[in-house]
Amino acid sequence: MLGFIARRILLMIPTLFVVSIISFIIIEAPPGDFMDAYVNQLIQQQEAVDPAQIASLRLRYGLDQPTYIRYFRWLGNILQGDLGRSLEWNQPVSKLLADRLPWSLAISIASLLFAYALAIPIGLYSATHQYSVGDYLFTLIGFIGLATPNFLLALLILWYYFVATGNVAVGLFSDEYIVAPWSFGKFVDLLQHIWLPAVVVGTAGTAGLIRVMRANLLDELERPYVMVARSKGLSEGKLLVKYPFRIAMNPVASTIGWTLPALVNGELLASLVLGLPTIAPLFVGALLSQDMFLAGSIVMILSSLTLIGTLISDIVLAWLDPRIREAI
Amino acid sequence: MAVMEERIPTGGKAPSPTTDDTLLVATQWQLIRWKFLRHRVAVAALAVIVLFYLAAIFAEFLSPYDPTHHDTDYMFMPPQRVHFRENGVWQRPFVYGMTSEMDMATFRTTYEVDPTQKFPIHFFVKGDPYTMWGLFESDIHLLGVEEGTFFLLGTDKMGRDLLSRIIYGGRISLSVGLLGIAISFIIGIVMGGISGYYGGVTDLIIQRIIEFLRSIPTLPLWMALSVALPPTWSVVQTYFGIVVILSLVGWTGLARVVRGKFMSLREEEYIMAAQLNGSNEARIIFKHMLPSFTSHVIASLTLSVPGMILGETALSFIGLGLQAPAISWGVLLKDAQRIIVLADSPWLLAPGLFVIVAILCFNFVGDGLRDAADPYASI
Repeated sequence: MLGFIARRILLMIPTLFVVSIISFIIIEAPPGDFMDAYVNQLIQQQEAVDPAQIASLRLRYGLDQPTYIRYFRWLGNILQGDLGRSLEWNQPVSKLLADRLPWSLAISIASLLFAYALAIPIGLYSATHQYSVGDYLFTLIGFIGLATPNFLLALLILWYYFVATGNVAVGLFSDEYIVAPWSFGKFVDLLQHIWLPAVVVGTAGTAGLIRVMRANLLDELERPYVMVARSKGLSEGKLLVKYPFRIAMNPVASTIGWTLPALVNGELLASLVLGLPTIAPLFVGALLSQDMFLAGSIVMILSSLTLIGTLISDIVLAWLDPRIREAI
Repeated sequence: MAVMEERIPTGGKAPSPTTDDTLLVATQWQLIRWKFLRHRVAVAALAVIVLFYLAAIFAEFLSPYDPTHHDTDYMFMPPQRVHFRENGVWQRPFVYGMTSEMDMATFRTTYEVDPTQKFPIHFFVKGDPYTMWGLFESDIHLLGVEEGTFFLLGTDKMGRDLLSRIIYGGRISLSVGLLGIAISFIIGIVMGGISGYYGGVTDLIIQRIIEFLRSIPTLPLWMALSVALPPTWSVVQTYFGIVVILSLVGWTGLARVVRGKFMSLREEEYIMAAQLNGSNEARIIFKHMLPSFTSHVIASLTLSVPGMILGETALSFIGLGLQAPAISWGVLLKDAQRIIVLADSPWLLAPGLFVIVAILCFNFVGDGLRDAADPYASI
């Protein structure tokens, strides 16, 4: 098992390396460099621009160096925890991210829990009641769930929320808790607010999970061992939970890998529409104002976290299913 | 062909291969067509998709107004209902006019149905002039009213007809899907083909790239790349830029299907026979291997259209895709983003309904095609 984990972590290093290259390309993609943006900002603030000072700054930040040297310098800084500086916010990128990333993670995890909590029982029901009215109903809802863009669902929910409460943004806390220090009351308040974005983000994933769960369980239910168990008089409920359900759960657990990227996408859109203080508005703002250090870092962080999440789900899967440990 | 359909009625029992030789002599495409036609939902969905595309193609003629035709007298006007009878008497369909009133305290215009104004709906009415496909000049619209207003889905903030804008928006939103998969198709088939045919180190590298692209979230990448498109580009250039960005990330699913097929076909005897006969690689790939999995490729192409449409809609909705003079469903939905506006004018969400229906239909058709293309499924 330890060997499996070590191999998987080794395999991830080149992938993270590619992620860093792509993030760097994004930072470098817009015309002009960091200093040009800085000069523009100075001009906008009507401050004096001293060409000599700019040139010395260029030298200091190594902007006159060739691209690959700049890349390695940037990578070195990142490994030391320095993600660069946001021009728009005039703050270190790492601080900006630290303020907002936890909320993005909280929403993603909550929506993952929501998706599984809903998909597993529905998949179980659909498979054991194949071609029943309920099965068809869930399949139809699932199809519509797959076809509805997250942001549209978020918009619909926000609309109802606005009509019901008169607030234009959902928020993560009630007013009295926004600046309050952490307490049990604040935590409960967070739970009362976070379910809404979690439902919005989780819906699309739920539909896919139901299909996987249903298909797997249907396959297992036809196996001879189910018939054997039934013939020796095991009750239907016990039989289901004890044998086919456990086997059918394995592929469901492995879907976390491809659910995570979709989750990040959904979280971005839902937060934008619902006006949540997550990484999404920060990212869009950075892109629109060409604050590329911030934007590139966000792409880097989101991709890395997704990869790490996939790694964790693989390890869990290998722990559940010994066959996988030998495969890689 | 007529005989075939008589013997294998849609939804009915198929003749068994031993007693009826129509099945034995049928070509692969005939088999696929029969199987697909039995998939009622998929056939209906295909019909809807065809209608959508026809509407987009003939947008100038079908839309009641020019999409840029604006009138400040009719800002945020709610949809007008089509009536078929008045005082219990059936008659030519008509719409009632609306009277507007400005609330001087809030400066909001409220509309009231005015039953004294009646505008009958006519076919082939003269309206805004247009140049069909840039070729024929005309001012005939399929449906419309001769006087008064005809806003079946209401109007937007500038008093433009939402229905007309949705029909025109379909041109961009629906063609993004087709053009996007055309580009993904080329990348996917080349990469998947190379990967599956040669195997070894090449395969390993391409597989790593695919795995990588599939394991990172696409939206942040799309967003960041679309910002890199020069702001000086025209609408058409931006449109193509967005499509290329969507396809650069979206080709992986298809490459996987192609690779898997190449892998399994490479082991077949008839490929070895072709190699022994001295066929070159291009001939083996295009003449012998490709035809045997074209149907699968078409099915997975159909299933990847929704992702493209959703991608464009989401990007434009955020404001990083196509921008305002361009009309796409995402651009139209952007108007609904401000919740205060939306609460007063819920009809602004109508483009979203079109997005959902289009994606739903592509999913149904794709599923139907995939089942129909599976040669091992019982007919």
